[in-house]
Amino acid sequence: MISSLASTVVQHDLRWLLLLVCVWGVIGLTGMLRQRSLLVARVLFPLGSLTCLLVAVLAGVFLASGQASQAIVLPLGLPDLPFHLRLDALSAFFLLILGVAGAGISIFSAGYFRVGEGTSPGLMGLQYHLFLASMAVVLLADDAYLFMVAWETMALSSYFLVTSQHRIPEIRRAGFLYLLIAHVGAICILLCFGVLQGGSWLFTFDAMRSATLTPLLASTAFLLALLGFGAKAGLVPMHVWLPEAHPAAPSPVSAMMSGLMLKTAVYGMLRVSFDLLHVRFWQWGVLLLALGLFSALYGAIFAAVQTDMKRLLAYSSIENIGIIFAGIGLSILFETCNLHLFAALALCAALVHSLNHALFKSLLFLTTGSVLHATKQRNLGKLGGLIRRMPWVASMALVGTLAIAGLPPLNGFVSEWLLLQSFLFTPEIPHEFVNMFVPLGAAVLALTAALAAYVMVKFYGVVFLGQPREASLADAHDANLLERLGLVWLALGCILIGVMPQLALRPASVVTRKLLGQSILSTGSIWWIAPIAPKQASYSGLIMLLGIVGVVGITFLLVRLLAHGRTRRVATWDCGYPYQNARMQDTAEGFGQPIRHMFGTFFRMERDLPAPEESSPHYRIRIEDRLWHAIYLPIARAVQWLADVVGVLQGGSLSIYLLYSFLTLIVLLVFVL
Amino acid sequence: MRGITFVRQFGEVILAIAIAPLFAGWIAQCRAWMQSRSAPPVTQPYRMLRKLFNKDAALAETASPLFRITPYVLFGTMVLAAAIIPSLATDLPFARAADAIALIGLFATARVFLSLAAMDIGTGFGSMGARREMMIGFLAEPALLMVLFNASLLYGSTALPSLVDGYRAHPTIIDPSVIFAAVAFVMVLLAENARIPIDNPATHLELTMIHEAMLLEYSARHLALVEWASYLKLFNYACIGFALFVPWGIAIHGADGGGALALSIVALLGKLVVAGSALALIETLSAKLRIFRAPEFLAMAFLLAVLGLLVHLLLGAR
Repeated sequence: MISSLASTVVQHDLRWLLLLVCVWGVIGLTGMLRQRSLLVARVLFPLGSLTCLLVAVLAGVFLASGQASQAIVLPLGLPDLPFHLRLDALSAFFLLILGVAGAGISIFSAGYFRVGEGTSPGLMGLQYHLFLASMAVVLLADDAYLFMVAWETMALSSYFLVTSQHRIPEIRRAGFLYLLIAHVGAICILLCFGVLQGGSWLFTFDAMRSATLTPLLASTAFLLALLGFGAKAGLVPMHVWLPEAHPAAPSPVSAMMSGLMLKTAVYGMLRVSFDLLHVRFWQWGVLLLALGLFSALYGAIFAAVQTDMKRLLAYSSIENIGIIFAGIGLSILFETCNLHLFAALALCAALVHSLNHALFKSLLFLTTGSVLHATKQRNLGKLGGLIRRMPWVASMALVGTLAIAGLPPLNGFVSEWLLLQSFLFTPEIPHEFVNMFVPLGAAVLALTAALAAYVMVKFYGVVFLGQPREASLADAHDANLLERLGLVWLALGCILIGVMPQLALRPASVVTRKLLGQSILSTGSIWWIAPIAPKQASYSGLIMLLGIVGVVGITFLLVRLLAHGRTRRVATWDCGYPYQNARMQDTAEGFGQPIRHMFGTFFRMERDLPAPEESSPHYRIRIEDRLWHAIYLPIARAVQWLADVVGVLQGGSLSIYLLYSFLTLIVLLVFVL
Repeated sequence: MRGITFVRQFGEVILAIAIAPLFAGWIAQCRAWMQSRSAPPVTQPYRMLRKLFNKDAALAETASPLFRITPYVLFGTMVLAAAIIPSLATDLPFARAADAIALIGLFATARVFLSLAAMDIGTGFGSMGARREMMIGFLAEPALLMVLFNASLLYGSTALPSLVDGYRAHPTIIDPSVIFAAVAFVMVLLAENARIPIDNPATHLELTMIHEAMLLEYSARHLALVEWASYLKLFNYACIGFALFVPWGIAIHGADGGGALALSIVALLGKLVVAGSALALIETLSAKLRIFRAPEFLAMAFLLAVLGLLVHLLLGAR
């Protein structure tokens, strides 16, 4: 009975997934009917979370079943342009990410959106679930038309979520910047599909797979995809919207955008470069690798000097996206050199890192939400000591911090380890000089990972440790039950994938087998992973965790038995200077100072230092992105200039406009006749 | 057969825990001799640990549980690292849990915990020490990784036991890149273990201290564990160096006899004596750098490691 039910579910996976997407729509609309009620928070968001969970289960079942793909054509949309949908390993893997992380974020939102954040809860619920549903459809779409419709729905629904506090001018500005770059990206993607159809004028993905493109056209399509999806993912230099939009949005929305939406861009990049394009060139790989590593380093350096906790996390997202794209680039590079096993290893690292980033970045954004609700503060300079006031949030944030810093035995380390392992094989690339300089990428990756640890020590240390920097922090309250549930869910995910990497590697291997025809070695043992050969390298998060816990336990018992000293609580040692206060701790600026000193050329700094004789000294520092001034402002000026030139036509007098119409008619007549 | 390897694994860990303070004491004694001071006995670290374990702990009122757990975590990670590094034999059941890259990760975990604990009390010194420690860490890690890359290119593995086995199988190959890598490794070792050109383990001068600044609030058994963990860290780094560059005497796969084991213990002790006096010599001959010269020192280590890598690739390509 159960097995037959299971087999029907497996055969109709795609239909069930579509049903769940519809459920999200219904949940959203129900919220609109009953505005401003507890219904939204208490019933609808938990239901949405349950739906996410089901999506994850269905995607997992599909990956485990080993089917090639399921397709369906819905007679919706324009005449002669039905919606094509298809579920294959790649979509299923990203649906798995969407479901697992989305479940945690939704249940947290149930506790978080008790009152609307600027927008009413019902409307928020609609936008939120529409956002979820459109991401799922992006992953399932099998023709350019449906893909673009879902892609735009995703951009718009997230735009409205970002600007939910639309009465604040900065937030409107951030939202506009996001919308602008999202649309520039969308145009590039549209053009990319236009190139990919290769003269057949059929816009289904099947037609694109069978189209044959000249190397020039294929490269054009790849570059357009890189621009379009890179803009969405926040690859440098298209990253400027990320640090503006993420802090502006309510925290669960930041979590969704950073944890999930950026991954749809990764999905798009993989879909185009590994599935739709039938040829690849090694130069693409080098380009992607260089851009990815540069983004990673750039994001980490900028994250280290931020003073707003959500901006810090936004820059850290740029860093992680950079790592993912570097993995994809390395995979393309290996694949074009016929080193398929190593290509599978690099791609596997990128996929697992996508999953990991969705988990720990969502977790951290949600903890900032709890901190924000409890203290009304986002500025790192006004926080501190929250571990004593908010033990739940602080302990979950510690898991997220250790995971994102890439420390064993948590999940962030697993993907970074896999990527470093794949860098070890770059000397085998049969291109002169490439095989000598690409290994140095591993050093950049190591530097980035270590900088990420620096950034996260700053984040955690300044927010949760030390003494409270403001008196108002004394009455901060811990997260409520539903919020805790969401945090614990995501933290457990981080720990579980850390100690049992197979849970993430198995599904990722299904994807690499589908895209590259190869998958990394899996020993089948729960104890360790050995990607290429056990003699080459192996890793076991489980043994690491058990080892540390075991030694700590034994040491603790021995110290208890043998050391007879008692513990006294005393005042902090004041070095003989009794006037210590919380303001004497390192500030966020202070903690970032070594980075500012060492990587000064990256920043555009304005600093006001107080003069020695000032009675009320003020120190102010403003750090800006050089790329903003180097790229975006000139473009804005050029557009302004062009608009001014064209604006001459617009005189404002009706007779002139009639003259234009008349002239146009004459010109058209000349053409027609 | 399996039983023997587990016993040996256990014995190796116990030996590491036991002689790590002795190694630190030996370095301190050599330093004192070279600087014409009267030397403390070589067992001084043990006496200090015993004294600290018997004292009452004074814990700051603002300390959170994280602060109290950290000494145990530090000790735990260092003991685990000692179990993974092949200091006596390569046939270690535990070593499969982590290769050298994971070992760097394990050290990074310890560093992050110590830095977080230092920030927990909320004093100026603690957070300053944490900031500097993390800075040294992110500069040292790329250099160390390049050293390991070099070794991995030579012997086709990042697992330390396989590296040792690989070296012992072809002891005649001496690649010039190894020399560059070895110099880079020693520089990283000095930086990571708070030794002299970067930090001074014997200082409490506020402007220069890094490691000691983080420990200011620790006392009694907590301080004892932190100190023991740093002795173990130095010992572990030394053993990584032996495994990478001078793996003579380590009992390789299949050599299970008592003779091989005795030889490996004698070899390890001999290497520690030589390495300890060499470290003391380096520390005596160099002066402490300003904190902002530390990036230059570590960038130098990184460039040397990269140079080694390029030398290997260029010679290999010919």
